[in-house]
Amino acid sequence: MGSYLPSTKEERLDMLHAIGMNSFDELYADIPEKLRCREPLALPEGLSELELSRKIEEIAAKNVRFAHIFRGAGAYHHYIPAIVKQVTSKEEFVTAYTPYQAEISQGILQSIFEYQTMICELTGMDASNASVYDGATAAAEATAMCRDRKRKTVVVSGSVDPKVISVIKTYCFGSGAPLVILPEKDGRTDMDAWAALDLSDAACLLIQSPNYYGLIEDGAAIADAVHAAGAKLIMSCNPVALGLLKTPAECGADIAVGEGQPLGLPLGFGGPYLGYMAMTKDMMRKLPGRIVGQTVDADGKRGYVLTLQAREQHIRREKASSNICSNEALCAMTAAVYLAAMGGAGLEKAAKSSMNNAHYLLSALESVGFVRKYEGEFFHEFVTICPCDANELAKKLAKKGYLSGLPTGEREMLWCATEMNSVGEIDGLIAAIKEVLA
Amino acid sequence: MKLIFEMGAPGRGCDLLPDCQAPDVSGKATRRAARPRLPEVSETELSRHYTELAKQVHGVNDGFYPLGSCTMKYNPKIDEQAAALPGFSQIHPLQDAADAQGCLEVIHKTENALCAITGMDACTLQPAAGAHGEFTGLLLIKAYHVSRGDEKRRKIIVPDSAHGTNPASGAMAGFDVINIVSDENGCVDLAALRAAVGEDTAGLMLTNPNTVGLFDPNIAEITRIVHEAGGLCYYDGANLNAIMGIARPGDMGFDVMHLNLHKTFSTPHGGGGPGSGPVACKHFLADFLPGMRVVESGDGYEAMRAKQSIGDMHGFYGNFLVVVRALCYIMSLGREGIPEAATGAVLNANYMMHELKPYYHMAYDRTCMHEFVMTLEHEKHERNVSALDIAKALLDHGIHPPTMYFPLIVHEALMIEPTETESRETIDEAVRIFIEVLKQSEKTPEQMHAYPQQTPVRRLDEVTAARKPVVRYD
Amino acid sequence: MNFPEELRYAKSHEWVKIEEGNAIIGLTDYAQSELGDLVFVNLPEVGDELTAGEAFGDVESVKAVSDVYSPVSGTVAEINEELLDHPERINEAPYEAWFVKVENVTAEEELFDAAAYEAHCAAESED
Repeated sequence: MGSYLPSTKEERLDMLHAIGMNSFDELYADIPEKLRCREPLALPEGLSELELSRKIEEIAAKNVRFAHIFRGAGAYHHYIPAIVKQVTSKEEFVTAYTPYQAEISQGILQSIFEYQTMICELTGMDASNASVYDGATAAAEATAMCRDRKRKTVVVSGSVDPKVISVIKTYCFGSGAPLVILPEKDGRTDMDAWAALDLSDAACLLIQSPNYYGLIEDGAAIADAVHAAGAKLIMSCNPVALGLLKTPAECGADIAVGEGQPLGLPLGFGGPYLGYMAMTKDMMRKLPGRIVGQTVDADGKRGYVLTLQAREQHIRREKASSNICSNEALCAMTAAVYLAAMGGAGLEKAAKSSMNNAHYLLSALESVGFVRKYEGEFFHEFVTICPCDANELAKKLAKKGYLSGLPTGEREMLWCATEMNSVGEIDGLIAAIKEVLA
Repeated sequence: MKLIFEMGAPGRGCDLLPDCQAPDVSGKATRRAARPRLPEVSETELSRHYTELAKQVHGVNDGFYPLGSCTMKYNPKIDEQAAALPGFSQIHPLQDAADAQGCLEVIHKTENALCAITGMDACTLQPAAGAHGEFTGLLLIKAYHVSRGDEKRRKIIVPDSAHGTNPASGAMAGFDVINIVSDENGCVDLAALRAAVGEDTAGLMLTNPNTVGLFDPNIAEITRIVHEAGGLCYYDGANLNAIMGIARPGDMGFDVMHLNLHKTFSTPHGGGGPGSGPVACKHFLADFLPGMRVVESGDGYEAMRAKQSIGDMHGFYGNFLVVVRALCYIMSLGREGIPEAATGAVLNANYMMHELKPYYHMAYDRTCMHEFVMTLEHEKHERNVSALDIAKALLDHGIHPPTMYFPLIVHEALMIEPTETESRETIDEAVRIFIEVLKQSEKTPEQMHAYPQQTPVRRLDEVTAARKPVVRYD
Repeated sequence: MNFPEELRYAKSHEWVKIEEGNAIIGLTDYAQSELGDLVFVNLPEVGDELTAGEAFGDVESVKAVSDVYSPVSGTVAEINEELLDHPERINEAPYEAWFVKVENVTAEEELFDAAAYEAHCAAESED
């Protein structure tokens, strides 16, 4: 049995005697007898480290690790520089709690301050928080930020990732906020449908760009229409795409959110990921979660603290802007190390390579009978109509070691390429598809 | 010390990616006006920068960390190794279930183990933190009442000793939050509870052992009162470490609860996250659970939606790699190790309280669970030495201070949770330092406001930070 | 501690000056000293209806937030926007740092005069 108690049974008995007790049961005198566990827990016996190590490796081996990944849809396969894992494995960072005691937490606080700055640079925004759970909850929190006494309705574009929409729906079930999903048109946000709404109660519109289908939305035109109606625009963006594409701030968005996983976090079967949130200065005090601010110490030396805490649940309780307490601090640090390693030029290179490879992938697929479903500018994802059943194709390609695009309909597939998918690998995929189709 | 943006030089960087072989189409993109101003540093500079930052952090591995209500126990290395296995870390969350059987097995095994430990029947691992779990659990309560057409139940009762997340989660779930006072022992005041419940009661949120470190002996009566009024009982699992394997929330009458894997199950806190806040519930709430439910099918597993699911709390399966760590911890301890850890935590807390009692004033002078609360009210009144002053003085001795000013019902509170992974020598040494600091405060009370002095920075100006927020480098 | 004679005071530590159906409201010297350094103020909007005895805004210190209650019922005619950028004015000069001006005052709470309010503060300090 594994145990992390440093003391032996004898030592513990000595301590027990020191406090005037004779049995460990006495420690639990306050728990009524009838509520105590009478039988051992229905769990297996404990394992030694070697047994555990073998057992867990055995379980991991039951997963299929794909050598070739052409699937995104919210979780992206990018190169993770070696330094990222090294830095974020440092035990000081890994085993620390939230930096409430600033004097002995400057390393964590400064790393978050640097993260906040990088997120502001990527999005063009004025302020960022220290992270929330993932991209979907970041979007849900952002919609809540926009609601006030006068405007309560949350509007979400139908071209946003359906998983994100599902989380927003669930959050709205809680808050009671009216929620409208704008139907998409040709794979993009339908602003005619927006104009047809009763906008007097609209608090915000959430769009995603590149959207779920990989298409670039006309953020600037949408921002104008949303602001004309007196609402706020929330833009969800893939942060790697922001190494190249127009920023939410340049589009005129009020809040930028997104899934930070592409910034150095492994696929990890969906988590832990990283929700980033950034916004214009005037909305900063409505931000949920922790924010690190710069200040000086008693000797006038620069330092960092958690700031604007009166927004948060431990002070404002039921009136807080959100209930969030634990966030994804180590994932935020991961993103910061990733961005510092890549630099502006490196991130742009990753973005360009992703875009170029995806466009090459599309032409290659077209050459074997796939047809693109939506027209228009795209980044590193796109939808095709397949010349065969999409689910069947996915299964057959999986057997050949390829994680294909995600089947999104009987014959539809959402593909993704990044800098990881070389031209040679894409040619290999096409050869495999030909075999499947033959 | 320097910010990463103040290091390096234009053009510096790491050579990480090969040139792309596909034709360049990026000229067609709607591009940003200029590149983001990210650091331009060599790998040497980058590596040293973070090594320097790491020196300015106190983690569990740096020393004693008795931060009450946070369960700062040792994080086993084998758990880290398991989470880093490529067989987990490289799995795409949208892989077909047939190709992700190992991940589904981890989820299924963890859910089963958590149900066994809590006395619940079903579980979701989607919530990414404790507060996220609270919100999820309250939505289950809401969905339950709505499904019965019982929509007048709009009130959630929360004791005044609760963590701030409880009332905040209540508000997010659309409930009116009713705060009730605690009795003189810091436990639920039964009369106040009876007066608060009624036809509009959706439920009660309770931490037990509570936030003053005591197990509420009336717990069965408390849950009975709420159930008789037609409400449900929510268990905040923040303090489960004291009683795991000893008593189960499901047997106390609770209907739904969250666990903090980053507290009770030894997964690291990471400087504030990621955590994981699974929600477990009784059968009658299982159909409302969010996300994909993992069920056994043949000799494998598949994932499906619950019939009346509230939807999703997270884009995928929650903080999966955190779950891997927690499962390893549970497998390692097993059925005997889990209650042994709980008993060890309670023993360490009582031992430390016993040793400090001749010097510090205990807010509740009786056998505690895994943590206890001291009050510096007397010292504050007599010589203007506050809980903050004592905490800051401890910093110079290499100890992370206890939780300060919580729970709110104790004035000048210091809340101490040693955890079971500390040895008697560590606790004895900490006790010696606590006593030394207190004696110092008797001799030179006015000097106590000037600590710490040995830390990388001294007390920071939080007022200016909040009045004129600087939240990014320009 | 300053208790100007010409003002009237609410139990919840707001001062109010009422003239011809209009009122000016702020936080007292005693309140600002108890709350410590204030870092932010949440104010209502012009046109909002206030009800005597109910909160109309709040003030934040670093580690606390406190509601500010209206001693009168009426309509907000003006807010002191300077406080949004300079909450320290409340600490520096509490009787100049007004929060809101209220018109069409229809009702008011039971209010203290300066002497009675001073006694009220003295009693609270004893607790």
